[in-house]
Amino acid sequence: MRRVWRWPLLLIVPFVGTLWVPFYNSLEPRIGGIPYFYWYQFLWVGISATLTAIVYFATRGADR
Amino acid sequence: MNGINTTALAVFAALFVLVTVLGFFAARWRRADLHQLHEWGLGGRRFGTVVTWFLLGGDLYTAYTFVAVPALVFGQGAIGFFAMPYTIISYPFVFVVMPRLWNVSRRHGYITAADFVRGRFDSAALALAVAATGILATMPYIALQLVGIQVVLGAMGIQGRGWMAELPLVGAFVILAAYTYQSGLRAPALIAVVKDAIIYVTVAAAVMIIPSKLGGYAAIFAAVPPAKLILTPPNPGTLGQSSAYATLALGSALALFLYPHSLTGVLSSSGPGVIRRNSAMLPAYSFLLGLIALLGYMAIADKVDQVPAFADGFQQYGPNFSVPALFLHMFPPWFVGFAFAAIAIGALVPAAIMSIAAANLFTRNIYKEFIRPTCAGKEESTAAKMASLAVKFGALVFIVLVPQKYAIQLQLLGGVWILQTFPAVIVGLYTRRLHRWGLLAGWLTGMTLGTWMARELAFKATVYPLVVGGLVIPGYTALWALMANLAVAVVVSAALSGVGVANGQDATRAEDYRG
Repeated sequence: MRRVWRWPLLLIVPFVGTLWVPFYNSLEPRIGGIPYFYWYQFLWVGISATLTAIVYFATRGADR
Repeated sequence: MNGINTTALAVFAALFVLVTVLGFFAARWRRADLHQLHEWGLGGRRFGTVVTWFLLGGDLYTAYTFVAVPALVFGQGAIGFFAMPYTIISYPFVFVVMPRLWNVSRRHGYITAADFVRGRFDSAALALAVAATGILATMPYIALQLVGIQVVLGAMGIQGRGWMAELPLVGAFVILAAYTYQSGLRAPALIAVVKDAIIYVTVAAAVMIIPSKLGGYAAIFAAVPPAKLILTPPNPGTLGQSSAYATLALGSALALFLYPHSLTGVLSSSGPGVIRRNSAMLPAYSFLLGLIALLGYMAIADKVDQVPAFADGFQQYGPNFSVPALFLHMFPPWFVGFAFAAIAIGALVPAAIMSIAAANLFTRNIYKEFIRPTCAGKEESTAAKMASLAVKFGALVFIVLVPQKYAIQLQLLGGVWILQTFPAVIVGLYTRRLHRWGLLAGWLTGMTLGTWMARELAFKATVYPLVVGGLVIPGYTALWALMANLAVAVVVSAALSGVGVANGQDATRAEDYRG
Protein backbone atom coordinates (compact mmCIF):
# COMPACT_ATOMS: atom_id res chain seq x y z
CA MET A 1 0.00 0.00 0.00
CA ARG A 2 2.61 2.43 1.11
CA ARG A 3 4.75 1.97 -2.00
CA VAL A 4 1.76 2.45 -4.27
CA TRP A 5 1.07 5.71 -2.52
CA ARG A 6 4.58 6.96 -3.23
CA TRP A 7 4.37 6.70 -7.01
CA PRO A 8 2.31 9.88 -7.54
CA LEU A 9 5.11 11.87 -5.91
CA LEU A 10 6.87 11.52 -9.28
CA LEU A 11 4.28 13.94 -10.61
CA ILE A 12 5.77 16.79 -8.58
CA VAL A 13 8.76 16.71 -10.93
CA PRO A 14 7.05 18.47 -13.89
CA PHE A 15 5.94 21.28 -11.59
CA VAL A 16 9.52 21.97 -10.56
CA GLY A 17 10.90 21.56 -14.06
CA THR A 18 8.48 23.96 -15.70
CA LEU A 19 7.76 26.51 -12.98
CA TRP A 20 11.30 27.36 -11.92
CA VAL A 21 11.96 29.91 -14.62
CA PRO A 22 15.73 30.36 -13.98
CA PHE A 23 16.18 26.81 -15.34
CA TYR A 24 15.34 27.93 -18.83
CA ASN A 25 15.11 31.68 -19.29
CA SER A 26 17.83 32.01 -21.90
CA LEU A 27 18.31 31.98 -25.66
CA GLU A 28 21.33 29.66 -25.70
CA PRO A 29 22.01 26.86 -26.35
CA ARG A 30 19.87 26.78 -29.46
CA ILE A 31 18.93 23.59 -31.26
CA GLY A 32 18.35 24.01 -34.98
CA GLY A 33 17.92 27.73 -34.42
CA ILE A 34 15.26 27.21 -31.75
CA PRO A 35 16.11 29.09 -28.54
CA TYR A 36 16.62 27.06 -25.35
CA PHE A 37 13.58 28.69 -23.72
CA TYR A 38 11.31 26.98 -26.25
CA TRP A 39 12.82 23.56 -26.86
CA TYR A 40 13.31 23.06 -23.13
CA GLN A 41 9.59 23.53 -22.51
CA PHE A 42 8.60 21.34 -25.45
CA LEU A 43 10.84 18.65 -23.99
CA TRP A 44 8.81 18.76 -20.77
CA VAL A 45 5.64 17.77 -22.59
CA GLY A 46 7.29 14.43 -23.31
CA ILE A 47 8.84 14.06 -19.86
CA SER A 48 5.57 14.89 -18.12
CA ALA A 49 3.58 12.49 -20.30
CA THR A 50 6.12 9.73 -19.65
CA LEU A 51 6.05 10.27 -15.90
CA THR A 52 2.25 10.25 -15.90
CA ALA A 53 2.22 7.03 -17.90
CA ILE A 54 4.70 5.41 -15.49
CA VAL A 55 2.56 6.35 -12.52
CA TYR A 56 -0.53 5.12 -14.36
CA PHE A 57 0.90 1.65 -15.00
CA ALA A 58 2.53 1.42 -11.58
CA THR A 59 -0.66 2.20 -9.70
CA ARG A 60 -3.22 0.64 -12.02
CA GLY A 61 -5.61 -1.63 -10.20
CA ALA A 62 -4.28 -0.49 -6.85
CA ASP A 63 -6.86 0.63 -4.33
CA ARG A 64 -6.08 4.29 -3.91
CA MET B 1 -10.46 43.32 -45.30
CA ASN B 2 -12.01 45.10 -48.24
CA GLY B 3 -15.25 43.41 -49.13
CA ILE B 4 -16.32 39.87 -48.49
CA ASN B 5 -13.95 36.98 -49.12
CA THR B 6 -16.47 34.88 -51.07
CA THR B 7 -14.54 31.65 -51.48
CA ALA B 8 -13.44 31.52 -47.87
CA LEU B 9 -16.94 32.33 -46.71
CA ALA B 10 -18.50 29.60 -48.85
CA VAL B 11 -16.19 26.89 -47.49
CA PHE B 12 -16.66 28.25 -43.98
CA ALA B 13 -20.43 28.21 -44.32
CA ALA B 14 -20.51 24.69 -45.80
CA LEU B 15 -18.51 23.26 -42.90
CA PHE B 16 -20.61 25.15 -40.44
CA VAL B 17 -23.84 23.79 -41.91
CA LEU B 18 -22.41 20.27 -41.76
CA VAL B 19 -21.56 20.67 -38.11
CA THR B 20 -24.88 22.27 -37.27
CA VAL B 21 -26.83 19.45 -38.89
CA LEU B 22 -24.75 17.02 -36.87
CA GLY B 23 -25.57 19.01 -33.77
CA PHE B 24 -29.28 18.63 -34.27
CA PHE B 25 -28.94 14.94 -35.04
CA ALA B 26 -26.95 14.59 -31.84
CA ALA B 27 -30.22 14.85 -30.00
CA ARG B 28 -31.00 11.39 -31.37
CA TRP B 29 -27.59 9.92 -30.62
CA ARG B 30 -27.69 7.33 -27.86
CA ARG B 31 -31.29 8.36 -27.60
CA ALA B 32 -32.41 9.22 -24.14
CA ASP B 33 -34.88 11.47 -22.40
CA LEU B 34 -33.35 14.91 -22.77
CA HIS B 35 -35.88 16.29 -20.37
CA GLN B 36 -33.78 14.70 -17.62
CA LEU B 37 -31.03 17.00 -16.42
CA HIS B 38 -28.33 14.33 -16.13
CA GLU B 39 -29.09 13.26 -19.70
CA TRP B 40 -29.14 16.79 -21.13
CA GLY B 41 -26.26 17.94 -19.00
CA LEU B 42 -23.95 14.94 -18.46
CA GLY B 43 -24.78 12.76 -21.46
CA GLY B 44 -25.83 9.99 -19.07
CA ARG B 45 -22.37 9.82 -17.40
CA ARG B 46 -21.11 7.03 -19.65
CA PHE B 47 -18.52 8.52 -22.01
CA GLY B 48 -15.47 6.28 -22.43
CA THR B 49 -11.81 7.10 -22.97
CA VAL B 50 -12.20 8.24 -26.56
CA VAL B 51 -15.20 10.55 -26.22
CA THR B 52 -13.78 11.94 -22.98
CA TRP B 53 -10.50 12.65 -24.73
CA PHE B 54 -12.33 14.66 -27.33
CA LEU B 55 -14.48 16.41 -24.74
CA LEU B 56 -11.57 17.39 -22.52
CA GLY B 57 -9.48 18.27 -25.54
CA GLY B 58 -12.33 20.48 -26.63
CA ASP B 59 -11.73 22.49 -23.49
CA LEU B 60 -8.16 23.13 -24.54
CA TYR B 61 -8.40 23.60 -28.29
CA THR B 62 -10.42 26.72 -28.21
CA ALA B 63 -10.22 30.31 -29.28
CA TYR B 64 -7.87 30.53 -26.30
CA THR B 65 -5.36 28.37 -28.13
CA PHE B 66 -5.91 29.63 -31.64
CA VAL B 67 -6.49 33.32 -31.16
CA ALA B 68 -5.73 34.48 -27.63
CA VAL B 69 -2.38 32.81 -26.89
CA PRO B 70 -0.73 33.56 -30.27
CA ALA B 71 -2.03 37.13 -29.96
CA LEU B 72 -0.21 37.55 -26.66
CA VAL B 73 2.95 35.97 -28.09
CA PHE B 74 2.63 38.26 -31.11
CA GLY B 75 2.21 41.38 -28.98
CA GLN B 76 4.34 40.66 -25.92
CA GLY B 77 6.65 37.76 -26.76
CA ALA B 78 7.84 35.05 -24.36
CA ILE B 79 5.38 35.83 -21.57
CA GLY B 80 2.55 34.56 -23.80
CA PHE B 81 4.21 31.16 -23.85
CA PHE B 82 3.13 30.57 -20.23
CA ALA B 83 0.26 28.59 -21.73
CA MET B 84 2.79 25.83 -22.37
CA PRO B 85 3.84 25.08 -18.75
CA TYR B 86 0.20 25.69 -17.82
CA THR B 87 -1.06 22.78 -19.88
CA ILE B 88 1.94 20.60 -19.03
CA ILE B 89 1.31 20.73 -15.29
CA SER B 90 -2.46 20.59 -15.40
CA TYR B 91 -2.54 16.88 -16.30
CA PRO B 92 -0.45 15.50 -13.42
CA PHE B 93 -2.73 17.52 -11.17
CA VAL B 94 -5.85 16.04 -12.77
CA PHE B 95 -4.36 12.55 -12.59
CA VAL B 96 -4.02 12.72 -8.83
CA VAL B 97 -6.99 14.82 -7.79
CA MET B 98 -9.87 14.15 -10.14
CA PRO B 99 -10.36 10.40 -9.60
CA ARG B 100 -11.16 11.24 -5.97
CA LEU B 101 -13.79 13.71 -7.05
CA TRP B 102 -15.24 11.25 -9.58
CA ASN B 103 -15.50 8.49 -6.98
CA VAL B 104 -17.21 10.57 -4.35
CA SER B 105 -19.50 12.14 -6.95
CA ARG B 106 -20.55 8.76 -8.28
CA ARG B 107 -21.22 7.43 -4.80
CA HIS B 108 -23.43 10.37 -3.87
CA GLY B 109 -24.86 11.41 -7.23
CA TYR B 110 -23.04 14.76 -7.31
CA ILE B 111 -22.89 16.43 -10.72
CA THR B 112 -21.33 19.76 -9.74
CA ALA B 113 -18.58 20.96 -7.44
CA ALA B 114 -21.20 22.76 -5.38
CA ASP B 115 -23.05 19.44 -4.85
CA PHE B 116 -19.87 18.02 -3.38
CA VAL B 117 -19.24 21.03 -1.15
CA ARG B 118 -22.83 20.88 0.09
CA GLY B 119 -22.44 17.24 1.08
CA ARG B 120 -18.94 17.53 2.47
CA PHE B 121 -19.39 20.64 4.56
CA ASP B 122 -23.13 20.59 5.19
CA SER B 123 -23.34 24.25 4.24
CA ALA B 124 -25.86 25.65 1.79
CA ALA B 125 -24.12 29.03 1.94
CA LEU B 126 -20.73 27.63 0.95
CA ALA B 127 -22.32 25.62 -1.86
CA LEU B 128 -24.05 28.76 -3.08
CA ALA B 129 -20.74 30.61 -3.06
CA VAL B 130 -19.09 27.87 -5.12
CA ALA B 131 -21.99 27.73 -7.58
CA ALA B 132 -22.21 31.49 -8.05
CA THR B 133 -18.45 31.73 -8.55
CA GLY B 134 -18.56 29.01 -11.21
CA ILE B 135 -21.27 30.82 -13.13
CA LEU B 136 -19.56 34.21 -12.88
CA ALA B 137 -16.14 32.86 -13.89
CA THR B 138 -17.54 31.02 -16.89
CA MET B 139 -18.91 34.19 -18.46
CA PRO B 140 -15.61 35.86 -19.43
CA TYR B 141 -14.30 32.49 -20.64
CA ILE B 142 -17.31 32.16 -22.97
CA ALA B 143 -16.72 35.78 -23.95
CA LEU B 144 -13.25 34.82 -25.16
CA GLN B 145 -14.80 32.17 -27.42
CA LEU B 146 -17.26 34.70 -28.83
CA VAL B 147 -14.36 37.06 -29.54
CA GLY B 148 -12.66 34.24 -31.45
CA ILE B 149 -15.69 33.68 -33.67
CA GLN B 150 -16.17 37.41 -34.07
CA VAL B 151 -12.58 37.91 -35.27
CA VAL B 152 -12.74 35.23 -37.96
CA LEU B 153 -16.13 36.44 -39.19
CA GLY B 154 -14.72 39.96 -39.33
CA ALA B 155 -11.61 38.69 -41.13
CA MET B 156 -13.78 37.24 -43.88
CA GLY B 157 -15.30 40.64 -44.47
CA ILE B 158 -18.51 40.25 -42.53
CA GLN B 159 -18.45 43.64 -40.97
CA GLY B 160 -19.90 47.06 -41.27
CA ARG B 161 -20.02 50.50 -39.80
CA GLY B 162 -22.18 51.86 -37.03
CA TRP B 163 -24.47 49.31 -35.46
CA MET B 164 -23.53 46.88 -38.25
CA ALA B 165 -20.05 46.70 -36.73
CA GLU B 166 -21.44 44.33 -34.12
CA LEU B 167 -22.74 41.96 -36.80
CA PRO B 168 -20.01 39.31 -36.37
CA LEU B 169 -20.55 39.27 -32.63
CA VAL B 170 -24.31 38.95 -32.92
CA GLY B 171 -23.83 36.17 -35.48
CA ALA B 172 -21.48 34.31 -33.16
CA PHE B 173 -23.92 34.58 -30.31
CA VAL B 174 -26.96 33.42 -32.26
CA ILE B 175 -25.16 30.35 -33.63
CA LEU B 176 -24.03 29.33 -30.18
CA ALA B 177 -27.38 29.86 -28.49
CA ALA B 178 -29.38 28.08 -31.16
CA TYR B 179 -27.53 24.87 -31.13
CA THR B 180 -26.92 24.21 -27.46
CA TYR B 181 -30.53 24.81 -26.62
CA GLN B 182 -31.68 21.74 -28.52
CA SER B 183 -29.33 18.88 -27.72
CA GLY B 184 -27.48 19.69 -24.52
CA LEU B 185 -24.11 18.05 -24.03
CA ARG B 186 -24.64 15.48 -26.77
CA ALA B 187 -24.23 18.16 -29.43
CA PRO B 188 -20.74 19.27 -28.42
CA ALA B 189 -19.58 15.71 -27.71
CA LEU B 190 -20.45 14.51 -31.19
CA ILE B 191 -19.27 17.68 -32.88
CA ALA B 192 -16.02 17.54 -30.92
CA VAL B 193 -14.98 14.56 -33.02
CA VAL B 194 -15.62 16.34 -36.34
CA LYS B 195 -14.18 19.53 -34.95
CA ASP B 196 -10.94 17.86 -33.93
CA ALA B 197 -10.56 16.35 -37.40
CA ILE B 198 -10.90 19.80 -39.00
CA ILE B 199 -8.58 21.29 -36.39
CA TYR B 200 -5.85 18.68 -36.87
CA VAL B 201 -5.76 19.39 -40.59
CA THR B 202 -5.57 23.11 -39.91
CA VAL B 203 -2.88 22.77 -37.25
CA ALA B 204 -0.82 20.46 -39.42
CA ALA B 205 -1.00 22.93 -42.29
CA ALA B 206 -0.27 25.88 -40.04
CA VAL B 207 2.77 24.43 -38.28
CA MET B 208 4.29 22.90 -41.42
CA ILE B 209 3.34 25.02 -44.43
CA ILE B 210 3.69 28.43 -42.81
CA PRO B 211 7.19 27.80 -41.36
CA SER B 212 8.36 26.35 -44.67
CA LYS B 213 7.15 29.48 -46.46
CA LEU B 214 8.96 31.63 -43.90
CA GLY B 215 12.21 29.67 -44.22
CA GLY B 216 11.90 27.34 -41.23
CA TYR B 217 11.60 27.75 -37.48
CA ALA B 218 15.16 29.06 -37.20
CA ALA B 219 14.32 31.91 -39.56
CA ILE B 220 11.13 32.66 -37.66
CA PHE B 221 12.95 32.95 -34.33
CA ALA B 222 15.67 35.00 -36.02
CA ALA B 223 13.05 37.50 -37.21
CA VAL B 224 11.85 38.20 -33.66
CA PRO B 225 13.77 40.75 -31.56
CA PRO B 226 15.88 38.69 -29.10
CA ALA B 227 14.60 40.63 -26.09
CA LYS B 228 11.10 39.46 -26.95
CA LEU B 229 12.14 35.81 -27.05
CA ILE B 230 12.88 35.47 -23.34
CA LEU B 231 11.37 36.88 -20.18
CA THR B 232 12.77 40.11 -18.80
CA PRO B 233 15.27 38.84 -16.22
CA PRO B 234 15.14 39.78 -12.53
CA ASN B 235 16.81 43.07 -11.61
CA PRO B 236 17.67 44.37 -8.20
CA GLY B 237 14.29 45.40 -6.82
CA THR B 238 12.09 43.33 -9.11
CA LEU B 239 11.67 39.74 -10.23
CA GLY B 240 10.92 40.88 -13.78
CA GLN B 241 8.61 38.64 -15.78
CA SER B 242 9.82 35.37 -14.22
CA SER B 243 7.37 35.40 -11.35
CA ALA B 244 4.56 36.53 -13.62
CA TYR B 245 5.26 33.64 -16.00
CA ALA B 246 5.35 30.97 -13.31
CA THR B 247 2.32 32.25 -11.41
CA LEU B 248 0.25 32.63 -14.58
CA ALA B 249 1.06 29.01 -15.46
CA LEU B 250 0.41 27.63 -11.97
CA GLY B 251 -2.72 29.69 -11.37
CA SER B 252 -4.19 28.73 -14.73
CA ALA B 253 -3.40 25.05 -14.18
CA LEU B 254 -5.00 24.93 -10.74
CA ALA B 255 -8.00 26.86 -12.04
CA LEU B 256 -8.57 24.79 -15.19
CA PHE B 257 -10.34 21.90 -13.56
CA LEU B 258 -12.36 24.01 -11.19
CA TYR B 259 -14.34 25.45 -14.08
CA PRO B 260 -17.79 23.90 -14.24
CA HIS B 261 -17.21 22.77 -17.83
CA SER B 262 -13.98 20.90 -17.06
CA LEU B 263 -15.73 19.13 -14.21
CA THR B 264 -18.52 18.24 -16.61
CA GLY B 265 -15.91 16.62 -18.85
CA VAL B 266 -14.46 14.73 -15.91
CA LEU B 267 -17.73 13.65 -14.34
CA SER B 268 -19.35 12.57 -17.62
CA SER B 269 -16.55 10.03 -18.10
CA SER B 270 -17.29 6.46 -17.14
CA GLY B 271 -14.66 6.06 -14.43
CA PRO B 272 -11.38 6.98 -12.70
CA GLY B 273 -9.44 4.75 -15.09
CA VAL B 274 -10.71 6.83 -18.01
CA ILE B 275 -9.59 10.01 -16.25
CA ARG B 276 -6.11 8.67 -15.48
CA ARG B 277 -5.60 7.30 -18.99
CA ASN B 278 -6.62 10.65 -20.41
CA SER B 279 -4.23 12.56 -18.18
CA ALA B 280 -1.41 10.50 -19.62
CA MET B 281 -2.61 11.01 -23.20
CA LEU B 282 -3.73 14.64 -23.23
CA PRO B 283 -0.19 16.10 -23.29
CA ALA B 284 -0.35 15.43 -27.03
CA TYR B 285 -2.57 18.49 -27.01
CA SER B 286 0.06 20.49 -25.11
CA PHE B 287 2.66 19.87 -27.75
CA LEU B 288 0.43 21.21 -30.49
CA LEU B 289 -0.64 24.09 -28.28
CA GLY B 290 3.00 25.13 -28.06
CA LEU B 291 3.37 25.05 -31.83
CA ILE B 292 0.18 27.05 -32.23
CA ALA B 293 1.46 29.62 -29.75
CA LEU B 294 4.42 30.10 -32.05
CA LEU B 295 2.01 31.31 -34.74
CA GLY B 296 2.41 34.63 -32.93
CA TYR B 297 6.08 34.71 -33.91
CA MET B 298 5.25 33.57 -37.43
CA ALA B 299 2.94 36.56 -37.70
CA ILE B 300 5.84 38.78 -36.62
CA ALA B 301 8.21 37.13 -39.11
CA ASP B 302 5.61 37.55 -41.85
CA LYS B 303 5.13 41.22 -40.88
CA VAL B 304 1.36 40.89 -41.23
CA ASP B 305 0.83 44.07 -39.24
CA GLN B 306 2.47 46.02 -42.05
CA VAL B 307 0.23 44.64 -44.80
CA PRO B 308 -2.08 47.53 -45.80
CA ALA B 309 -5.04 45.19 -46.41
CA PHE B 310 -4.94 44.11 -42.75
CA ALA B 311 -4.72 47.60 -41.24
CA ASP B 312 -8.46 47.73 -40.70
CA GLY B 313 -8.51 44.36 -38.99
CA PHE B 314 -5.68 45.20 -36.62
CA GLN B 315 -7.34 48.48 -35.80
CA GLN B 316 -10.61 46.76 -35.00
CA TYR B 317 -9.41 43.61 -33.24
CA GLY B 318 -5.85 44.48 -32.17
CA PRO B 319 -3.31 41.67 -31.73
CA ASN B 320 -6.21 39.17 -31.70
CA PHE B 321 -6.22 39.65 -35.46
CA SER B 322 -2.68 38.31 -35.90
CA VAL B 323 -3.50 34.64 -36.56
CA PRO B 324 -6.44 35.33 -38.91
CA ALA B 325 -4.23 37.80 -40.78
CA LEU B 326 -1.43 35.25 -41.00
CA PHE B 327 -3.82 32.65 -42.45
CA LEU B 328 -5.27 35.14 -44.93
CA HIS B 329 -1.76 36.04 -46.04
CA MET B 330 -0.44 32.48 -46.26
CA PHE B 331 -3.27 30.25 -47.44
CA PRO B 332 -5.43 30.15 -50.57
CA PRO B 333 -8.97 31.45 -49.92
CA TRP B 334 -10.62 28.00 -49.82
CA PHE B 335 -8.24 26.87 -47.10
CA VAL B 336 -8.71 30.12 -45.22
CA GLY B 337 -12.40 29.21 -45.07
CA PHE B 338 -11.49 25.75 -43.80
CA ALA B 339 -9.09 27.06 -41.16
CA PHE B 340 -11.49 29.77 -40.01
CA ALA B 341 -14.21 27.16 -39.67
CA ALA B 342 -11.80 25.18 -37.48
CA ILE B 343 -11.27 28.23 -35.26
CA ALA B 344 -14.95 29.11 -35.11
CA ILE B 345 -16.17 25.58 -34.42
CA GLY B 346 -13.28 25.21 -32.02
CA ALA B 347 -14.70 28.18 -30.14
CA LEU B 348 -18.30 27.09 -30.45
CA VAL B 349 -17.91 23.63 -28.91
CA PRO B 350 -16.24 24.72 -25.67
CA ALA B 351 -18.56 27.70 -25.41
CA ALA B 352 -21.48 25.28 -25.61
CA ILE B 353 -19.95 22.96 -23.01
CA MET B 354 -19.26 25.94 -20.76
CA SER B 355 -22.73 27.36 -20.92
CA ILE B 356 -24.30 23.95 -20.32
CA ALA B 357 -22.08 23.37 -17.32
CA ALA B 358 -22.88 26.76 -15.84
CA ALA B 359 -26.55 26.02 -16.45
CA ASN B 360 -26.31 22.72 -14.58
CA LEU B 361 -24.79 24.61 -11.72
CA PHE B 362 -27.54 27.19 -11.62
CA THR B 363 -30.32 24.65 -11.81
CA ARG B 364 -28.99 22.19 -9.27
CA ASN B 365 -27.47 24.49 -6.73
CA ILE B 366 -29.40 27.72 -6.95
CA TYR B 367 -32.81 27.18 -8.58
CA LYS B 368 -33.60 23.85 -6.95
CA GLU B 369 -31.89 24.60 -3.70
CA PHE B 370 -33.28 28.03 -3.01
CA ILE B 371 -36.10 28.84 -5.41
CA ARG B 372 -38.10 25.75 -6.41
CA PRO B 373 -37.10 22.76 -4.28
CA THR B 374 -39.86 20.59 -5.74
CA CYS B 375 -38.96 21.06 -9.39
CA ALA B 376 -37.98 17.96 -11.33
CA GLY B 377 -37.84 16.42 -14.79
CA LYS B 378 -38.95 18.76 -17.52
CA GLU B 379 -39.18 21.88 -15.38
CA GLU B 380 -35.61 21.28 -14.24
CA SER B 381 -34.16 20.90 -17.73
CA THR B 382 -36.16 23.91 -18.95
CA ALA B 383 -34.67 26.00 -16.15
CA ALA B 384 -31.21 24.78 -17.22
CA LYS B 385 -31.83 25.78 -20.84
CA MET B 386 -32.93 29.26 -19.81
CA ALA B 387 -29.91 29.56 -17.52
CA SER B 388 -27.55 28.61 -20.34
CA LEU B 389 -29.02 31.45 -22.40
CA ALA B 390 -28.56 33.85 -19.50
CA VAL B 391 -24.90 32.87 -19.11
CA LYS B 392 -24.30 33.61 -22.78
CA PHE B 393 -25.84 37.03 -22.36
CA GLY B 394 -23.51 37.54 -19.43
CA ALA B 395 -20.60 36.72 -21.72
CA LEU B 396 -21.83 39.30 -24.19
CA VAL B 397 -21.91 41.90 -21.43
CA PHE B 398 -18.23 41.25 -20.67
CA ILE B 399 -17.30 41.85 -24.30
CA VAL B 400 -19.27 45.06 -24.54
CA LEU B 401 -18.28 46.53 -21.16
CA VAL B 402 -14.58 45.66 -21.10
CA PRO B 403 -13.17 45.60 -24.63
CA GLN B 404 -9.83 43.82 -24.40
CA LYS B 405 -6.69 44.45 -26.36
CA TYR B 406 -5.71 40.87 -25.50
CA ALA B 407 -8.60 38.41 -25.47
CA ILE B 408 -6.63 36.15 -23.12
CA GLN B 409 -7.34 38.60 -20.31
CA LEU B 410 -10.95 37.43 -20.34
CA GLN B 411 -9.90 33.88 -19.52
CA LEU B 412 -7.41 35.06 -16.91
CA LEU B 413 -10.10 37.17 -15.30
CA GLY B 414 -12.33 34.09 -15.03
CA GLY B 415 -9.38 32.31 -13.42
CA VAL B 416 -9.09 34.94 -10.71
CA TRP B 417 -12.60 34.12 -9.56
CA ILE B 418 -12.79 30.37 -10.09
CA LEU B 419 -9.52 29.77 -8.23
CA GLN B 420 -11.15 31.05 -5.06
CA THR B 421 -13.17 27.83 -4.90
CA PHE B 422 -9.95 25.80 -4.64
CA PRO B 423 -9.88 25.54 -0.82
CA ALA B 424 -13.47 24.28 -0.57
CA VAL B 425 -13.40 21.94 -3.57
CA ILE B 426 -9.85 20.60 -3.89
CA VAL B 427 -8.55 20.93 -0.33
CA GLY B 428 -11.98 19.70 0.71
CA LEU B 429 -11.37 16.45 -1.19
CA TYR B 430 -8.55 15.64 1.20
CA THR B 431 -9.43 17.15 4.54
CA ARG B 432 -12.26 18.57 6.52
CA ARG B 433 -9.99 20.41 8.90
CA LEU B 434 -10.96 23.73 7.35
CA HIS B 435 -14.18 24.91 8.92
CA ARG B 436 -17.15 25.68 6.65
CA TRP B 437 -17.36 29.25 7.91
CA GLY B 438 -13.59 29.58 7.64
CA LEU B 439 -13.81 28.51 4.00
CA LEU B 440 -16.60 30.99 3.40
CA ALA B 441 -14.60 33.80 5.01
CA GLY B 442 -11.57 32.83 2.91
CA TRP B 443 -13.66 32.75 -0.26
CA LEU B 444 -15.06 36.21 0.49
CA THR B 445 -11.55 37.54 1.10
CA GLY B 446 -10.19 36.00 -2.10
CA MET B 447 -13.08 37.21 -4.24
CA THR B 448 -12.89 40.73 -2.82
CA LEU B 449 -9.11 41.01 -3.11
CA GLY B 450 -9.01 39.42 -6.59
CA THR B 451 -11.76 41.67 -7.90
CA TRP B 452 -10.17 44.73 -6.29
CA MET B 453 -6.79 43.98 -7.90
CA ALA B 454 -8.51 43.35 -11.25
CA ARG B 455 -10.25 46.69 -10.88
CA GLU B 456 -6.98 48.43 -10.05
CA LEU B 457 -5.76 47.07 -13.39
CA ALA B 458 -8.97 48.29 -15.08
CA PHE B 459 -9.91 44.61 -15.78
CA LYS B 460 -7.39 44.72 -18.63
CA ALA B 461 -4.44 42.98 -17.03
CA THR B 462 -4.12 40.21 -14.49
CA VAL B 463 -0.52 40.49 -13.36
CA TYR B 464 -0.40 42.49 -10.17
CA PRO B 465 2.96 43.78 -8.90
CA LEU B 466 3.04 42.84 -5.24
CA VAL B 467 5.68 44.69 -3.21
CA VAL B 468 7.24 42.63 -0.44
CA GLY B 469 9.97 44.31 1.59
CA GLY B 470 11.01 46.57 -1.29
CA LEU B 471 11.04 43.71 -3.81
CA VAL B 472 8.50 43.94 -6.61
CA ILE B 473 6.96 40.55 -7.37
CA PRO B 474 4.70 40.69 -10.41
CA GLY B 475 2.32 37.74 -10.19
CA TYR B 476 -1.03 36.42 -11.36
CA THR B 477 -3.80 38.11 -9.36
CA ALA B 478 -5.57 34.78 -8.97
CA LEU B 479 -2.70 33.34 -6.92
CA TRP B 480 -2.32 36.40 -4.71
CA ALA B 481 -6.03 36.24 -3.96
CA LEU B 482 -5.83 32.48 -3.33
CA MET B 483 -3.02 32.97 -0.81
CA ALA B 484 -5.10 35.50 1.12
CA ASN B 485 -8.08 33.17 0.80
CA LEU B 486 -6.18 30.21 2.29
CA ALA B 487 -4.62 32.29 5.04
CA VAL B 488 -8.00 33.61 6.18
CA ALA B 489 -9.57 30.14 5.88
CA VAL B 490 -6.88 28.60 8.09
CA VAL B 491 -6.95 31.33 10.74
CA VAL B 492 -10.74 31.56 10.97
CA SER B 493 -11.04 27.74 11.00
CA ALA B 494 -8.58 27.49 13.87
CA ALA B 495 -10.43 30.18 15.79
CA LEU B 496 -13.87 28.62 15.23
CA SER B 497 -12.67 25.13 16.14
CA GLY B 498 -11.04 26.56 19.25
CA VAL B 499 -14.32 28.14 20.34
CA GLY B 500 -16.14 24.93 19.39
CA VAL B 501 -18.49 26.16 16.66
CA ALA B 502 -20.17 23.17 14.99
CA ASN B 503 -18.80 22.17 11.58
CA GLY B 504 -21.90 20.34 10.33
CA GLN B 505 -22.34 16.73 9.26
CA ASP B 506 -20.05 15.21 6.65
CA ALA B 507 -22.25 13.21 4.25
CA THR B 508 -19.20 11.45 2.76
CA ARG B 509 -16.97 8.76 4.23
CA ALA B 510 -13.26 8.18 3.69
CA GLU B 511 -13.86 5.09 1.54
CA ASP B 512 -16.14 7.03 -0.84
CA TYR B 513 -13.08 8.74 -2.30
CA ARG B 514 -11.36 5.53 -3.33
CA GLY B 515 -12.15 3.46 -6.40
